[in-house]
Amino acid sequence: MDINTLIIAIASMGGLGLIFSAGLSLAEKKFYVEEDHRIAKILDELPGANCGGCGYPGCAKFADVVVAGEAEINGCPVSDDEAKKAIGEILGVDVDSGEKQIARLMCQGGDYETAKKAEYAGIKSCLGASIFGGGEKMCEYSCLGFGECVEACSFNAMYMSDNGLPVIIDDNCTGCGKCAEVCPQNIIEMHPESHKLFVFCKNLDGAKTARKVCTKACIACGICVRNVEEGEMIMEDNLAIVNYDTFGKEAKLPTDKCPTDCLAIIGPPAVDKPTEKVEA
Amino acid sequence: MNLLLLFISAAIVNNFVLTYFLGICPFVGVSKKVSSAVSMGLAVMFVMTITAAVTWLIYHLLLVPYHIEILEYVSFILVIASLVQLVEMFIKKVSKPLYDTLGIFLPLITTNCAILGLALFSVLREYSFVESLVFGIGAGAGFTLALVIMAGIREELELSNIPKPFRGAGITMIVAGSLALAFMGFAGLISM
Repeated sequence: MDINTLIIAIASMGGLGLIFSAGLSLAEKKFYVEEDHRIAKILDELPGANCGGCGYPGCAKFADVVVAGEAEINGCPVSDDEAKKAIGEILGVDVDSGEKQIARLMCQGGDYETAKKAEYAGIKSCLGASIFGGGEKMCEYSCLGFGECVEACSFNAMYMSDNGLPVIIDDNCTGCGKCAEVCPQNIIEMHPESHKLFVFCKNLDGAKTARKVCTKACIACGICVRNVEEGEMIMEDNLAIVNYDTFGKEAKLPTDKCPTDCLAIIGPPAVDKPTEKVEA
Repeated sequence: MNLLLLFISAAIVNNFVLTYFLGICPFVGVSKKVSSAVSMGLAVMFVMTITAAVTWLIYHLLLVPYHIEILEYVSFILVIASLVQLVEMFIKKVSKPLYDTLGIFLPLITTNCAILGLALFSVLREYSFVESLVFGIGAGAGFTLALVIMAGIREELELSNIPKPFRGAGITMIVAGSLALAFMGFAGLISM
């Protein structure tokens, strides 16, 4: 190949490129679409993780709908207060930044606490196990322990403990709600940071069954409900429920008599200490 | 007559999607709704027709005289990419909802191998200018046809009770395969 071919090649392709780009820039002028400059600004303030925690496909779409007024300004659960304020400023609105949400695991039935009804040898996924006979634990409401939530977390805020339960690292949790979404048992709940008192159980069985399947199940004894003011806690479907509108924001137990310790204060991650092992 | 045969051959007998299996990505991606399938098909048809004409001109007036046929891929892609940009701007201007519906598949027309395939086929088969223009329109019509048939079937499937393991991608692949089988029935109708 001689040098001429090279020159012709460069010149022809460069020329073609020039012609097309000139044509395109003319077309750009003709087909120019006025885009709201606020969308780009808001996009700059968003985390850019495209986690989908806001319910839209990504940060760009969220910016779009916020400007259109179809989404709450503080609708991004991952943004910190400063970013939310900045978005408010761009739109000229005051923002009540909303409280930070944190994922909470509503189950303490790890490998030590819950008896197993069978050995599950199928696909190692919570969804798989929940479809196939509801997992290996006796408690049908419990954490299945395959860590699908941990895999779903894009912020390194979860890990599996030795006890086979996911542990949430409060500092890393952004409240995007991905883990709660993937959990087939619906035992991960999103709670505001100020909620301190929890009933860490979702078991709706009666006392006898609940006791048999897990050492830390709510057995619906009602001792907590009797120890608080009317309406602060209620007993529903064999499960104690905290009414956070009036109660549960103080780090104080209403009673230390909860026989199964499923009523507890959220604190540092539970130590992976074996408690009493139940026999199946 | 010859041109009519060429058109039918490109659109039905040698359908780009269902016989050559080119351009499968938008075929699966944008075939959920008939209306967006039609728009996508028309966008591809437009790009195909103009590509067929422009690449013919470039190939025969620039590449062949200067003996730089090796650059056909580069120049063809350049043409296709520019055209897609143009279509994208046009659609964004004319219909924002349609722009949102087509989403990523609109810029992806650039990398749609059906279009590059069309340009390369017409060089390979030594079509004249008019022939490659007709070939382009025919291929575009064929693409639209495949997309619309697929979208029609998928709209019906939305309402039917599909066994759980087949839902989503699974049933789509099965339908696409059955369609391709059906189109094989045209083989031998015309030999071009």
